[in-house]
Amino acid sequence: MAPKKEAAKAAPAKAAPAKAAPKAEASKAVAAAKPKAKAAKSAPKPRLLAGGISKDSRSASYHRRGLWAIKKKHGGKFPTHEKTVKKAEAAKKEPRFYPAEDVKKPLASRIIKKQTKLRASITPGTVLILLAGRFKGKRVVFLKQLTSGLLLVTGPFKVNGVPLRRVNQAYVIATSTKVDVSKADVGKIADDFFKKAKKAAKKGESEFFTEDKEEKEEVSQEKIDAQKKVDEALLPAIEKVADLKSYLSARFSLTSGVKPHELVF
Amino acid sequence: MVFRRFVEIGRVALINYGENYGKLVVITDVVDHNRALVDSPDMVRTVINFKRLTLTDITIEIRRLARKKELKEAIEAGEVHKKWAASSWGRKLAVQDKRAKLGDFDRFKVMVARVKRSAVLKRELAKLRKTK
Repeated sequence: MAPKKEAAKAAPAKAAPAKAAPKAEASKAVAAAKPKAKAAKSAPKPRLLAGGISKDSRSASYHRRGLWAIKKKHGGKFPTHEKTVKKAEAAKKEPRFYPAEDVKKPLASRIIKKQTKLRASITPGTVLILLAGRFKGKRVVFLKQLTSGLLLVTGPFKVNGVPLRRVNQAYVIATSTKVDVSKADVGKIADDFFKKAKKAAKKGESEFFTEDKEEKEEVSQEKIDAQKKVDEALLPAIEKVADLKSYLSARFSLTSGVKPHELVF
Repeated sequence: MVFRRFVEIGRVALINYGENYGKLVVITDVVDHNRALVDSPDMVRTVINFKRLTLTDITIEIRRLARKKELKEAIEAGEVHKKWAASSWGRKLAVQDKRAKLGDFDRFKVMVARVKRSAVLKRELAKLRKTK
């Protein structure tokens, strides 16, 4: 008991000068002391006798940590959190049959899909050379990257017949040529723009035997309008630069003696 | 006289192999009948085999084992780079270099220009044939 009492006595004595000191400081320099006052709010660090052994007794550290203030604030008691009661799950109905064989449950996928990184050489307006698909070899203008990571490009349609189209950047060569696309408004064109309309389901057997006429898919009015708008914005910019229009309408190809690995685009 | 370009001190040569490929150097000493000591303002003086050198028509006045500073002055006084750029060999290499650096659009422009030139040539040639 004796050491505790001593400590209790010592504590107020220590606390008194500590209280006095901040007041004196505050009066000295009101403007400059503001950050200091903030630092004083957090409890001072324990004084150590040696590494890990506190100099303060239990009660001294109680005062040092300022726990009394917390108690005072909450009416003499430490604040407590009420335990959250878990809702009891509704009793599941047992299945009537068990599967004869174990069905493997697929593991939860932890793959996070990140936005595809656009090649540094591709910026809006870059002329690209398509390498695959129906339009391979065509030179097209890059407009923007869509959320799916694909590139939105257009010929423009009026110049070389390549419509607004999505391409993977892996199937593309970026050239150093740039077209001014600042006037083309493609904000509204997203991946949904390229969704195909669902075909009406085939009916019955009778239709199965009648020979299918290959119906030509008609391009929706929405796409035609969007294409027109983009073309109108791009054409003046293209016509400003000599030879650019014929360049875009010409197909890229390799000829004998050309080493593609030594070419600069 | 059969030979016009000789291995001699002050002879400007073109390196045709190795890390200094394409560089114009000056022979500052002849080590033996296979190798020479070559130097240029922007490289470390090295011994090189004659097989890796192609001699040019240009020579400058320098001492044997000339210092870098002397070499620089002699190259400027001898107008080596000016002469080289004016020679057909130098011009050819410059054109090759420029062509290799052309982008896709520039290559297309060259192609268009060539088509235009040959069309003009053809027309003029046809005119001459008719007058004959």
